[in-house]
Order: sequence, then structure tokens, then C-alpha cells
Amino acid sequence: MLDKRMTAADIVAQLSDGMTIGIGGWGPRRKPMALVRELLRSNLKDLTIVAYGGADVGMLCAAGKVKKVVFAFVSLDAIPLEPWFRKAREAGQLEVLEVDEGMFQWGLKAAAFGLPFLPTRVGLGTDLAALGGLKTVTSPYADGETLIAMPALKLDAALIHVNRSDWRGNVQVFGPDVYYDEWFAKAAAKTYVSCEELVDRMEDHYPDDAQFNLFERCFVTGVVELSGGAHPSSMPPHYGWDMKAFKAYADAAKDPGDWSAVADRFVGATEADYLNSIGGKEAVAALPLPIF
Amino acid sequence: MTDVTLAELCIFAASEAFRGNGEIVATGVGPVPRLGAGLAKLTHTPELMMTDGECYLVEQPVPLGPRNYDDRKKAGYLPFSRFFDSAVWTGRRHAMVTPTQIDRFGQINLSQLGGTHKQPKTQMLGVRGFPGNTIYHPNSFFFPSHTTRVFVEGEVDMVSGVGYNPAKRIAGGNYSGVALKKIITNLCVMDFGGTDNAVRVVSLHPGVTFQEVQAATGFPLEKGDLVETSLPDADALAIIAQLDPHNIRASVIKDNPPAQRVS
Repeated sequence: MLDKRMTAADIVAQLSDGMTIGIGGWGPRRKPMALVRELLRSNLKDLTIVAYGGADVGMLCAAGKVKKVVFAFVSLDAIPLEPWFRKAREAGQLEVLEVDEGMFQWGLKAAAFGLPFLPTRVGLGTDLAALGGLKTVTSPYADGETLIAMPALKLDAALIHVNRSDWRGNVQVFGPDVYYDEWFAKAAAKTYVSCEELVDRMEDHYPDDAQFNLFERCFVTGVVELSGGAHPSSMPPHYGWDMKAFKAYADAAKDPGDWSAVADRFVGATEADYLNSIGGKEAVAALPLPIF
Repeated sequence: MTDVTLAELCIFAASEAFRGNGEIVATGVGPVPRLGAGLAKLTHTPELMMTDGECYLVEQPVPLGPRNYDDRKKAGYLPFSRFFDSAVWTGRRHAMVTPTQIDRFGQINLSQLGGTHKQPKTQMLGVRGFPGNTIYHPNSFFFPSHTTRVFVEGEVDMVSGVGYNPAKRIAGGNYSGVALKKIITNLCVMDFGGTDNAVRVVSLHPGVTFQEVQAATGFPLEKGDLVETSLPDADALAIIAQLDPHNIRASVIKDNPPAQRVS
């Protein structure tokens, strides 16, 4: 179907228990948080989450939705240690596959290309191989080098937040760094995209920006307009992260420390409720871009 | 020079770690390493490349702390989306970072403390890019507090970065990219120039003794020349001040002591 418009609820309805779900973005940046919040409002469980993790991973772990996390870090930048992820880890409630940041994208690329693995030196000489059960391969050429076989990180679904899309899934992705969103899209059987701005036909609206089509529409299954949908993470050039909101979220991990008592604050009964609680889309749009 | 701080001395020492590195990306994570890299670029090693901390390559190191978003002057582009293929996996980088633990092999840990991998006592960041950084390009380290909790006895709790531990090296792997350079702490400068890459003290900060460094370290250290660590000159101090207009460096080492100990 060429018209890929869906609601956030439609998207979450296409997911099922036990799925492996990739989440685009990086730490507190470009996270499809509105879709994550919709997922948090559902009954989904036993998920494997594959992410350059931020509050997406923390919230899903805190809510007990996660069986396993594939990660290289989980962090909110200025709050280096993601407090809810930390709690879940220290409670021993998660299975994990911990890999290096570069191995992670390598695993997404292996999945994108339908390969069982891609070879890398990364991981040799560390605890990663032993802890993650990673195997080695030997180069069949004269060098005979031993390499780690980074397994494909095949995703049942990927969730990505982009700047623009049309209803056919022609996306445009801006911002100074797009991280590995392209590879999440290609590693996934189905990719669901939320966007700041949904247009009718991209060629009628923003043809001059076609080079920002980070991944082609054949990789897009569903599209929904959710402006402000990365909040509290950053979505340049539209808005920066909301460090005050992250701080409140982090503080809540200490006091009261119980997700069920605070979920309503950080998820809301509906996305509209959530946005209202933080001052609306205007407040999100006013958040300054972060300075590094 | 009595008003030089220990943090400024460490920044100066950090800049020396990047001396003559050539056209590679100098990454300093944290105020002292970042100021050290910037100082190196603005003084003895202008060919160094560096980012604004986000994704643009800059030829003018970006000052620390609050400034206007567009103050950086973009000269090139190095986003995370091509960081591994451009910088890390080609070996064109030297990073100076602050892990949570380091051991006598130079193995580092940023992932977890205590407990098991399934249930760590303390979950930290995760290995981040340390495994790739350490097998592909040079790395140095800065520690604002030199203690046996950082310089651990035995091995680190989770080996997140490759060191010179033969027992940890899977046979047949290519470890030719492993290059651990300098360790700068609030007490001294060390390198891996000892027997079989053992950690060696090369200079002591003014007023610090080798015995004091050894007592703060969980494994035996070798002795290098044990000269006194150089103080930054007035030019270097001026550049440091310009790169750190909000004096964030004053918050790095406890009580922001002077470089020259008051006896």
C-alpha cells in the first residue's frame, strides 16, 4: 500500500510480544519518544531492544517491557548514567548483549545486507566476546587473521523519528548528525517512522531537499506525524533536548524510585495529555539546541 | 608562576601527549583532555584535527561551556554516522579519556563495577567505543584522582578496552593497532614504556614523590626518569584561559590546588 499513514496506536498494534525492536537516535538525541510512549501505553512485553540507548531504553526497562537489551551505552549525556536502566541492570532483571558502538552499527549493516555476520577486530582483547558469546572467524586468505564475527542485529521492527515525510514514506532527515538511523531502517523487517512534518507529496513541497532522503521509501512501512515527538530528546534543527525534563525523570528514579508511581508523568494517558503536561508543542519548539 | 593550578599543569601535560601526532583526530573527553588537545593544536601541533564536540571539524578549538550555538566555525564534517569508517577504524585518531578503572596491563573499564554481567553491583555507561578505539588507534588517559580504586590491583572488573595482557588476547588476532600512550593524573605522568609495556612513571608533579604515587596505585610501577612535570608557560596559560572562559577547569581536581604544593 503506497499510502503508509498510520496512527501511533496502529503502529504499536503491528508489534507483538517477544519482538526485537530497534530504536533510532543516539542517547538523548533524535529518539522516537512519542512512539516509545505509545509502546509504553500498550501491553507489549518480553521485547528485545536494540538501541544506542537513552531514555527510550530506560523507560522501557523501568516499565518491565524488556527481556533483553543490545547496547553499547545507555546515557543521557549531561546525566551520564541512565538511572532507570541502571536500576534494571542492578536488579539483574535484564538479559544483555553488550557491544562496542562500532560493532553495533556493523551488526545492523550485516542485518541490512542479509549476512549472518560481519568480521571485525573490535572486541578482541576485551571481555565482550566471552560475555556475549561472540564467535571468531579466520580469514581464508594468506593473512589468516582471527576476527570477531559480529552477528547480524536483525530487527523485527525499527522505530525512527525524522524531520519530514510524505504519506508514501519519502523521508527527509536533517540535523547535523543522523547517527545510524539509515541502518536501523535497513536492518528491520518493518520500519515505522514518526515525523515532525507530514506533507502530501514530497516533490511538491521540498524537492530541493531530496538529498536529505536518508533512506528510501521501500524501507518504510508506516508513517505518522508526531511533531514534538522526540521530546525530551533533541531533534535538530527543530528543538534541543529538555534537560529539565531529563533531570526530573532521573530524580524520579531515586524518589520515589517506582516507575508505576511516575509513569503517568513521563508517558501520559495519551500523547496529547503528555504534550499538554509539558506546555504543548510550542514549549518543545522553544527548547534551544544543545551546545557541546 | 605560583598561581598555576594543578589542573592547568595537567592540561599542559595532556597537550604534550598530542605533540607531533600529525593529521589525526585529537579527541579529548572531559575538560582537561579537551583543553589539552586544543592547546596542542594552537601551539606545537596545528595539523591536528578536532571536532566541536558534536559533529563538525573545526580549525579553531571550540571553547568550553556556554556560548552561542553558531559560534563554532565549521571547517569539515565528522558525524557519528561516519565516525568509525573515517576516524576510528582507519586509526586516524588519538583519544584521551577517563575510564572508571585501569589495571597494570592498561586494560580499562567503563561498563560495570562488581557483581556479575547479569547483575552488576554498579552499572556504568557501557563499553561505548572503547573496544574499537583501543584496538585501532592511540589512546591516553586522564584521572583527576589517582587512587587504588582507579588503578586497581589485579584486573579491571570488565575489560572494556584492550591492553597489553597476553592472556586476554585471542590467538591470531591483529593487535598491531594497540597503542596506549600517556596516563596523566593529579600526581604524575606515566606511560607504558616499562618491561613488556608495564606502566612507568615518567614525571612527577612538583612536590610529589614516587612512593606517594606507588601507594596510590594497586600494582607495582616502574621508574622512568622521574623528572618534574613541566609547568605551562605564560603563553600556554593564556590559551588555556581563552579556551576555558568560564574556568570549568577549576572544578576538575578536588579543591583546585596549585601546581606547586604548599608545604
